[in-house]
Amino acid sequence: MEFYHFTEFAWPFLPPDDEFTSMRVNLPSQVYDPEIGADWYDMCLDQHLLADDLGMNCMINEHHQTATCLNSAAPLSVAIAARQTKNARICILGNPSANLRDPIRNAEEMAMIDNLSHGRLECGFVRGVPYELFSSNCNPTETSERLWESIALMQKAWTTHDGPFNYEGRWVHKRQVNVWPRPYQAPHMPIWMTGGSDINHATRSVENGFTFTMFLTPTEGMKKMFTGVRENLKKKGLPKPADDLFAFMPLVAVGETEEEALKFIKQVFWYVTNNKTEPQFRAPPGYVETELYAKFLSGKFSGGRTDAIRSKGMDYFRENGVAVYGTPDQVVKQLKKMYKDIGGFGNLIAMLHSGDMPYKDVAKSMTLFAKEVMPQLKDLGTVSSKIGMLKDRGQPVQAKKFKGRTAALEAARAKSGVAVRSPKKPKKQAA
Amino acid sequence: MPVKKSVVRRSPKARTTKKTYNLQEAKLIVETKGTGKPLLLLHSEDRYERNANFVDELAKKYRVIMPSMPGFNGSTLPDSIRSIEDMSYLYLDLLDAMKLQDVTVMGFSVGGWLACEIATKNDTRLKKLILVDPVGIKNGGAYDRDIEDIYFNKSEVVKNFKFHDVSKDPRVLLEMTDAEAMDEAGARETTARICWDPYFHNPSLRYRLNRIKMKTLLIWGKNDGIVKPAYGRGFSKKIPGSTMVTIAKAGHFPHVEQPEEFMQHVRAFLR
Repeated sequence: MEFYHFTEFAWPFLPPDDEFTSMRVNLPSQVYDPEIGADWYDMCLDQHLLADDLGMNCMINEHHQTATCLNSAAPLSVAIAARQTKNARICILGNPSANLRDPIRNAEEMAMIDNLSHGRLECGFVRGVPYELFSSNCNPTETSERLWESIALMQKAWTTHDGPFNYEGRWVHKRQVNVWPRPYQAPHMPIWMTGGSDINHATRSVENGFTFTMFLTPTEGMKKMFTGVRENLKKKGLPKPADDLFAFMPLVAVGETEEEALKFIKQVFWYVTNNKTEPQFRAPPGYVETELYAKFLSGKFSGGRTDAIRSKGMDYFRENGVAVYGTPDQVVKQLKKMYKDIGGFGNLIAMLHSGDMPYKDVAKSMTLFAKEVMPQLKDLGTVSSKIGMLKDRGQPVQAKKFKGRTAALEAARAKSGVAVRSPKKPKKQAA
Repeated sequence: MPVKKSVVRRSPKARTTKKTYNLQEAKLIVETKGTGKPLLLLHSEDRYERNANFVDELAKKYRVIMPSMPGFNGSTLPDSIRSIEDMSYLYLDLLDAMKLQDVTVMGFSVGGWLACEIATKNDTRLKKLILVDPVGIKNGGAYDRDIEDIYFNKSEVVKNFKFHDVSKDPRVLLEMTDAEAMDEAGARETTARICWDPYFHNPSLRYRLNRIKMKTLLIWGKNDGIVKPAYGRGFSKKIPGSTMVTIAKAGHFPHVEQPEEFMQHVRAFLR
């Protein structure tokens, strides 16, 4: 099991609830105060340094026009972490490549960050939540196709090392593609993908060797998706995917006592209680499947994951695995149960911070998590013995027997025709 | 080429026949009602026109031809069609396939835009043009919102843009059957696919509206909040020899809210 720390860089200093209708899309930026905000960025970025010190990895995301997330350009925060941390894997989850509409610029940014971090980038992609379509003005009926086209083009750009190639696809035209620098990792960074209820999208992700990730979904929904993907892959005659091709993000808090954990999780829970939006932002036409959109129009579906679970209380969240909190032993027990209940996953993204949770609280929760929870779970699950498409990944290996990715990376690098360098250790600068 | 022909409905007034045309990559469903000179009815994205009473009146004098736009009501939307301009070539093919002459074109909202895309390209089969609260051009500057945003605003607000009296909206979303909801969802997806960006217009179209030389009438709801009458006057200015009339107590669909006054204007124009 790999562990990622996550804070969404929320802006928690909001006007009274009855003075605004949505946290997203239309909340005026006068709500943001740059003097406080600059310190707030420091506090959030410091969490990445602490995560690194504690042996955790970092996940960083981006959203637009919203107080839920001040990271409107994730590659910037990822680049800072790449330079300031030493050992953490840094997962950007992810690049909204369809909405950005320039996959080559995106490929350059990611390749640069992979070099800046000496090969520690986990490169995630997202279609983006529906709210993003208003800031990007991207057509909701196109974003799925655009995303898959963009990723394929970026993979081609990262693995082409003999000069420019031509690309004139359905949504993107580039006549002289020749991305510099090439990625540090070979053939390129591990790829992640997020998803919701679309099982075909999820299956396609894992089939491509992408780590499929879901956020804040009750156990029942997680199980439906993760076991559904595994069944689909089996039907296609593909090898069994290792657990490291699946990731899940719940809200997490660890305290010395249950009371302390409850205090922490309530602060993280800010994200759920404050995440209000106007209904039309949640379901622009063409964003979800037609059947679901029809239900939304006729009032049988409210749209959006968080809205459906917003109204439920903390107990519901705990019982359904969306919030994991308690003493270290309680958290271990809950996560082990969750691993079993949803059919296995190899990456846990712990949303340990949100709202106005002060640094000292998140630092304590993170420290307890890293020192007392992680050691008890690190051997859980299976990992892929090779990298690439699922068909090329070989048999899953028990995490405790796995010697690290070095051998697999070396093999991939040799195959890609790159001079073999140490994939792990950054070169020491001359004194 | 017609591949299928079936009688859909019989009424004492006129019967509707339905044919499917395979044109380019698309299957286009075309309903026809009445006999006489051809009148091509290009429906709006909200599709209030197909079963409207005014069609029955028109069908007494005209052969009313009502294609369902690609992506609507069973007509297919192939990948090759990405804009209303792309669609217009399909409709020019349809006019050829049906060997129509002296066609009166009547277009509503997006259908009005489509009518202009057709008429600016080839008007040899056309005679007269009626545009009802059309979209399709941009008159203002970069910071002007010429066409109100139906996606950003709450559905109740959008309803107010569309109707002077919202109780006249024939569609009540919460009362739709599952089949109606699927139809509505599909129609809205097609509209978004074609009209999201550039938003409900073709930036080049206004510069070639001068090519429309036929007699043209613009009918506008005075209380249209999607595209205001001032937008209509800008539209009319670009089409030489066009006239514009407004209808009080009506929004984006004056034929729904004030059908009698709407038909008075139509009758006078077609006389």
